[in-house]
Amino acid sequence: MSTPQAPGWQTPALHLSRRNFVAAMGAAGLLFLPKHAAADEMIDLGLPGGGGERPVTTAFPQKGKMILQRTRPPLLETPFEVFDQGVLTPNDRFFVRWHWANIPTQVDAGSFRLNIRGHVNATLSLSLADLVAMPTFEIVAVNQCSGNSRGLYVPRVPGAQWGNGAMSNARWTGVRLKDVLDRAGVKAGAISVRFSGLDEQVIEEAPHFMKSLSLDHARDGEAMIAYAMNGEQLPLVNGFPLRLIVPGWYSTYWVKMLNDIEVLDGPDDNFWMAKAYVIPDTPFAAVKPGETGYKTVPINRMLPRSFVTNLKSGARVKANAPLTLRGIAFGGDTGINKVDLSSDGGATWSPTQLESDEGKYSFRRWETSISPTPGDHQILVRCTNSNGEVQPMQTYWNPSGFMRNVIESISFSAA
Amino acid sequence: MSRFLAPLVLATIIVGVGFSVSTAAAPASMHFNSLSLDLPFGDRMFDGPDADAINNNCLACHSAGMVLNQPKLPRKVWEAEVEKMRAAYKAPVAEEDVKAIVDYLTRIKGSD
Repeated sequence: MSTPQAPGWQTPALHLSRRNFVAAMGAAGLLFLPKHAAADEMIDLGLPGGGGERPVTTAFPQKGKMILQRTRPPLLETPFEVFDQGVLTPNDRFFVRWHWANIPTQVDAGSFRLNIRGHVNATLSLSLADLVAMPTFEIVAVNQCSGNSRGLYVPRVPGAQWGNGAMSNARWTGVRLKDVLDRAGVKAGAISVRFSGLDEQVIEEAPHFMKSLSLDHARDGEAMIAYAMNGEQLPLVNGFPLRLIVPGWYSTYWVKMLNDIEVLDGPDDNFWMAKAYVIPDTPFAAVKPGETGYKTVPINRMLPRSFVTNLKSGARVKANAPLTLRGIAFGGDTGINKVDLSSDGGATWSPTQLESDEGKYSFRRWETSISPTPGDHQILVRCTNSNGEVQPMQTYWNPSGFMRNVIESISFSAA
Repeated sequence: MSRFLAPLVLATIIVGVGFSVSTAAAPASMHFNSLSLDLPFGDRMFDGPDADAINNNCLACHSAGMVLNQPKLPRKVWEAEVEKMRAAYKAPVAEEDVKAIVDYLTRIKGSD
């Protein structure tokens, strides 16, 4: 990338060109003191065909117990029991996903600047204090990886082998993206807005991570720049000091350590928009394994999902006694209309009670009480969003393992 | 709905119980602490006499766990993955190392 290294942050690793790559690899080995995560605790994500065992790690700064999917660059999954504890995911349990390993480990809050440039009347360089002085905007929104639940696809597909915990929900505080763009003054003819952060690729020639929104989307009054999550500054690995928040859209757009906003006078055809994070342009992004030749589009809005959080498959419960079932749901890019349960494989559905509403982009808790008869039971949980979109019974598939939102189920026995 | 939900009772008294929703208090008084932290590196290597190519070519950009957590996949999928690393992500993998890497991946994570 061309952005010069500015004061305000330090990236620990080296930039490697193809030429000095092998030599530098040896040097990198000396630069880093390996740190071992205590791997006493393991968790099994129950992935189809096995191989779902993962260490639970506490080795990452500002993070509590997380499921270790990859150490460098970090992929940390939120343990599922966290979702039973509240609709807001605590910052130290919020999932983590990075593309490139050159992540600044020192960020100076005073000298950090967010640059706004490109097709604007005035280039801006805003400090954190400048942003805090602007009108405050706040929203609760789910941040979900495009590939959340990828490990559950059959046939299996390559990529981060997430269970269902590559999602989290927080109250985001900051400024509207629209207000920042207006302050710079978007010129006539602007089409899209491109975002990038402080993280950098290890191989210099590799594509710098950048994502774009259409200008209209960027100015919708909901897309925002957050300097706080759940009332506190962001943990480093969740994007300190600034993160782009795109309510209702997949996490790939929620650029971490956001320091550069470029207004473009055309569509963005950079690698991360045109080649990566594209989905089949079909309902539920579904194609058949081996299928080719379909049209693709950049991944975009999320789909409704729902989960049981207080009972795990395989549980044994008391028969003919009240049993509370509860969980979380979210509508995707809109609110929740209802969450229903079925105990007959989806033939009939019963409503659940929806609890406090933190806004249409938030997790929302559902709860109900049943009295199970003796024997084995399977419960399906299904969210219908405010636009009438319903989670499907059928598992759809695509080769990237994106956008899974099939109806989930749990099995338990009562005696 | 069915066999066991006959006495289905909609819970009406559980709203809010045991469910904390914190209120954010960020603006105006917002103060930022500069950060200087260390991230774990992940120094695990691939095992085996045939692991030289994968160890030498793949661990600069990501730790080994990314690979070791992958499911068993057909050889052609592994070939495509290695090619993606070279073509899209510019991993400087020499042509002569490609087969050794794919062979290793197919040996430890092959499905065909």
